[in-house]
Amino acid sequence: MATAPITSAFRHGFIAGLPFILVAMPFGLLFGVVGTEAGLSIAEVMGFSVAVIAGAAQFAALQLMQDNAPTLIIVATALAVNLRMAMYSASLAPHLGPAPLWKRALAAYVLVDQVYAVSIARFENAPAMSIGEKLAYYFGSALPLVPTWYGASFAGAWAGAAIPPEYGLDFAIPITFLALVGPMLRSLAHVAAALTSVVMALALAGLPYNSGLLIAAVAAMVMGAEVERRMNGGKQP
Amino acid sequence: MNMSPAHIWLLIALIAIGTYLIRFSFLGLIGNRPIPEWLLRHLRYTPVAVLPGLVAPLVLWPEATGGTPDPARLLAAGATVLAGVLTRNVLISIFAGGGTLFAALQLFG
Repeated sequence: MATAPITSAFRHGFIAGLPFILVAMPFGLLFGVVGTEAGLSIAEVMGFSVAVIAGAAQFAALQLMQDNAPTLIIVATALAVNLRMAMYSASLAPHLGPAPLWKRALAAYVLVDQVYAVSIARFENAPAMSIGEKLAYYFGSALPLVPTWYGASFAGAWAGAAIPPEYGLDFAIPITFLALVGPMLRSLAHVAAALTSVVMALALAGLPYNSGLLIAAVAAMVMGAEVERRMNGGKQP
Repeated sequence: MNMSPAHIWLLIALIAIGTYLIRFSFLGLIGNRPIPEWLLRHLRYTPVAVLPGLVAPLVLWPEATGGTPDPARLLAAGATVLAGVLTRNVLISIFAGGGTLFAALQLFG
């Protein structure tokens, strides 16, 4: 008897996740193409897309690898891009916390921006959902996205291997990053953080080992948080 | 890039493990404990703190022109951000930027 609402939750999650195919497909293709153009093998592209499964961090790592940045800097920068996921993890914990460990472990693997966004919106609008329904909705919303990401990365890598490197895709990574940043500029605090990041990164571009970027990122994070705190009049929510 | 496959796989493994641990953190190990407000406030700004700084030198000093600022790429960068701010849509922004770059390279190149 309990299966009907769970099937229904899964179906609703799946439908909510369907539009993300339109995001994952071109983005995955682009990572595959740019990755192979930069010198990765198809297997290495797939290693990134299957094991890391976080587009922005993958592009960031790729760029720094082309700059021959040190290992530690590449890893730290890619992980800094993904730190926001700790926030997702924390905000999902009250909803998915009662699930068995292996299900939470699997949920963590598919915790990407879009899955988080639709799931948390659903959970907060429907607090009466059981843990089974919540898990079904969550995994349902991830189902269209994850295989599309793998498949598109593979297709892109395969196509990229056939494109001659002189075909100037040099600006594909900058455009991708800028396209990700534009929609993020939704408050004064976000704009302040972004500007701090740009100014500091340019000013510190001469520092060895691409370390200027990490310093700029920390300063920008503090700037964003501080502007937000002041905009809220210093009151604690 | 001048990296051995072993080095590339090491990077993939380290980034994958680190990313997984970030995702698993509160769901898995820390459990139901609430995350402090000041920490949430900083985490909110991580992507917008890293990505613009990463991209700024690439836009201003593109490798393709040997590091000389290039009007076509600056224009394309501006169009990408503008489209993103106006439409809030990543794909539209990518196409706006790519289209602008293509047109500007035809025009100036």
